[in-house]
Amino acid sequence: MSDEYNQQNTPLEAQSSETMSGSSGTPSKDIDYVRPAEIPEQDLYHGHSFITKWVFCQDAKVIGIQYFLTAVFTGIVGLILSWLMRLQLGYPDLVPFITAEHYYQFVTMHGMIMVVYFLTALFLGGFGNYLIPLMVGARDMVFPYVNMVSFWMFFIAVCVLMASFFVPGGPTGAGWTLYPPQAILPGTPGSNMGITLMLISLSLFVIGFTMGGLNYIITILQARTRGMTLMRMPLTIWGIFTATALAMLAFPALLVSCIMMTLDKMLGTSFFMPAILQAGEVLSYGGGSPVLFQHLFWFFGHPEVYIVALPAFGIVSDLISVHARKNIFGYRMMVWAIVGIGALSFFVWAHHMYVSGMNPWFGFFFATTTLIIAVPTALKVYNWIITLFRANIRMNTVMLFCLGFIVTFVNGGITGIFLGNVAVDIPLSDTYFVIAHFHMVMGIAPLMVIMGAVYHWFPLVTGRMLSEKLGKWHFWFTFLGAYSIYFPMHYLGFIGVPRRYYEMYDSPYVTSATGMNEFITVAALIVGFSQLIFIYNIVTSLKIGKPAGKNPWKANSLEWLTPDVPPTHGNWGEKLPVVHRWPYDFNVPGAKEDYITQTTPPSEVINAEVEKT
Amino acid sequence: MSDVKIEGYELKPGFKGMATDTGSDQTMFKGVQWGKVMMWIFLLSDTFVFSCFLISYMKGRASTVVDWPNTSEVFSLHVNGIPVPLLLIAIMTFVLITSSGTMALAVKYGYEKNRKMCGWLILATAIGGLTFVGMQIFEWSKLIHEGVRPWENPFGAKQFGSYFFMITGFHGFHVSIGVIFLFIFARKVFKGDFDNGKRGFFTTMKSDYVAIEILGLYWHFVDLVWVFIFAFFYLW
Repeated sequence: MSDEYNQQNTPLEAQSSETMSGSSGTPSKDIDYVRPAEIPEQDLYHGHSFITKWVFCQDAKVIGIQYFLTAVFTGIVGLILSWLMRLQLGYPDLVPFITAEHYYQFVTMHGMIMVVYFLTALFLGGFGNYLIPLMVGARDMVFPYVNMVSFWMFFIAVCVLMASFFVPGGPTGAGWTLYPPQAILPGTPGSNMGITLMLISLSLFVIGFTMGGLNYIITILQARTRGMTLMRMPLTIWGIFTATALAMLAFPALLVSCIMMTLDKMLGTSFFMPAILQAGEVLSYGGGSPVLFQHLFWFFGHPEVYIVALPAFGIVSDLISVHARKNIFGYRMMVWAIVGIGALSFFVWAHHMYVSGMNPWFGFFFATTTLIIAVPTALKVYNWIITLFRANIRMNTVMLFCLGFIVTFVNGGITGIFLGNVAVDIPLSDTYFVIAHFHMVMGIAPLMVIMGAVYHWFPLVTGRMLSEKLGKWHFWFTFLGAYSIYFPMHYLGFIGVPRRYYEMYDSPYVTSATGMNEFITVAALIVGFSQLIFIYNIVTSLKIGKPAGKNPWKANSLEWLTPDVPPTHGNWGEKLPVVHRWPYDFNVPGAKEDYITQTTPPSEVINAEVEKT
Repeated sequence: MSDVKIEGYELKPGFKGMATDTGSDQTMFKGVQWGKVMMWIFLLSDTFVFSCFLISYMKGRASTVVDWPNTSEVFSLHVNGIPVPLLLIAIMTFVLITSSGTMALAVKYGYEKNRKMCGWLILATAIGGLTFVGMQIFEWSKLIHEGVRPWENPFGAKQFGSYFFMITGFHGFHVSIGVIFLFIFARKVFKGDFDNGKRGFFTTMKSDYVAIEILGLYWHFVDLVWVFIFAFFYLW
């Protein structure tokens, strides 16, 4: 235990406003005044060995990288599974080992991995851990030890999930929604060990995530630096914060449904199991409600969509603002839209269940709430576009990915309005239209943000820039390729091609669908392989990338203003930063440069027409 | 926590104060330790877990095809051959609620640095919790002897056994975790760890009496959940 930072026992009063006003010379106590620190300096454990520095590390930045790499590893597994599915759909029976059972297992594992273990872990565990303490000006997460345990719980959850590939019967093939009764009955692939391991893995994920989530929320609420009000936080933090709050309230439903289904499987209880005949024999189950599982699952499942989307909204707002050199249009509107979307997301879950035979009045209610969500979401899209309007846009890789996000998100959002209406949803449900919709809106769109964010923050994490040239190739392959995968799927859905079918056999639409399926498969292979450009770019840039120096993008937010780049444990060296403004003061009239960092005191920018934030 | 003083910041009462605190920098809950906020937010999340359990139970009970057993018969205890409904549960509930009282007193004496009283009261709370768990084990074994299982129930709908064992088991698990921590904390109090700020074995953070209040929050929550379980299982 080192007391490196604690030895200066008097917390921060010594840091008077004069020392901050720098070169301006005139003592300007009044306008630069920020009230003293009210929380004592954080007590940190500094690792000394390799194990405490890199393995069981309590530094949120290292934990963030650990989360990121683990999530990316599972994501690559998910990507390979999607290739195998596409090969079967485009060229049936080309690959001999893809049987119908395996196909369903690939579908299930692809869905679960991508939604939970890849996107959720990457945005909240990866970006959340790395960025929250830096962006709010904290030394670390408030409970570093719990934070470390959170990652290792996630790691164990991933191991359990991967183990299900190697158990007798293989992983579960119930579809990522795991609907009972079929998920736990013989006949579904992996109905023995596979489903059990999946449920255990999900429960572990929830427990681990709760530990992390408590850290994210409390760091944001209670450990901000001097001058950092909630309305001066970057939108990234707002997105991650709201998503974490959603997760804390939505994951309980997943945990409960996992526990109940595990008991149904292991002990033979009948929570979700009605009376069932199997091969002419009455099973011992009876009296349970399969629809109850659907309600629990989607009470988790719909907020889960926004757990993935809200951090993406937040991050993309910051990326657009920095690379368009303009303040984000309607910051407060953006904040309230994020919070509003988060709140509304708890009242729409049954729009995933329109075909479950529920009362039509329920459908009416849930269609209405679903369409109401379109209002704050559209507001955000307009704000991104207005931010770009007449801005000083730098057309670099980051900006390209942001634009890619807007396009794919609008596309997916509009098809969401189709599917939110009961009357339109019923013919379209369980077709490729649904696949196209959710891959556009919560697959490709958040992925665009993740990639943009990696290009944006790579210099911060490693101190080196990624190659712009390779980045642009990567963008165009990914964007055009992903579009050619999912755009034709809308058409497949309109002609009625059902999702989750292993093969189309002699269906009437097979003639018009075959060519398109082949095309989609080829596109999927190309997009997948083009990610090698990205990986190559990252690996080589680690060694030979251009040194980034401090604040290469000329951004305003605190993470770029650390004394060391990349930031070290404790983030801020001797003194915590003091914040005087929001992070969006770009191209302020009268200012010397086109950006004013959050720590610049007002006395240094007296002639600039900054907004009061 | 009305005596919180923050340099350069005026705490205002009521809704206005809440709005000002929310709009201020550094912290939203002024003068509240990180651990305490964490426990509150964890409990909010845990509330959702128990709500999901209880709502599932209501749905299961409402939609089962076989009649639900008569709870005042199933849960009755025979005293001298006369069945007394709710007797055991009344005692269990009384013990648990009493332990909430001793916990609250322990928090008070803890902040007063009255180590001895605090330690004994925490010990009393732990013993109350242990008694509760013991009586729960007694009730479980009685029901199991009578043939109730998670997968079957001689008195009616099989979901009765499933939900009863799952939800009381999950609550009993919470109580047991609480009891373990109460014993650890009692030991720490008697050793004086909270007075001299001994560093935690795992977390390496300094011990502080606020930890007792945080454990108290958890303990009161577990009691409150029991009140709901009691109402929904035994009185419905």
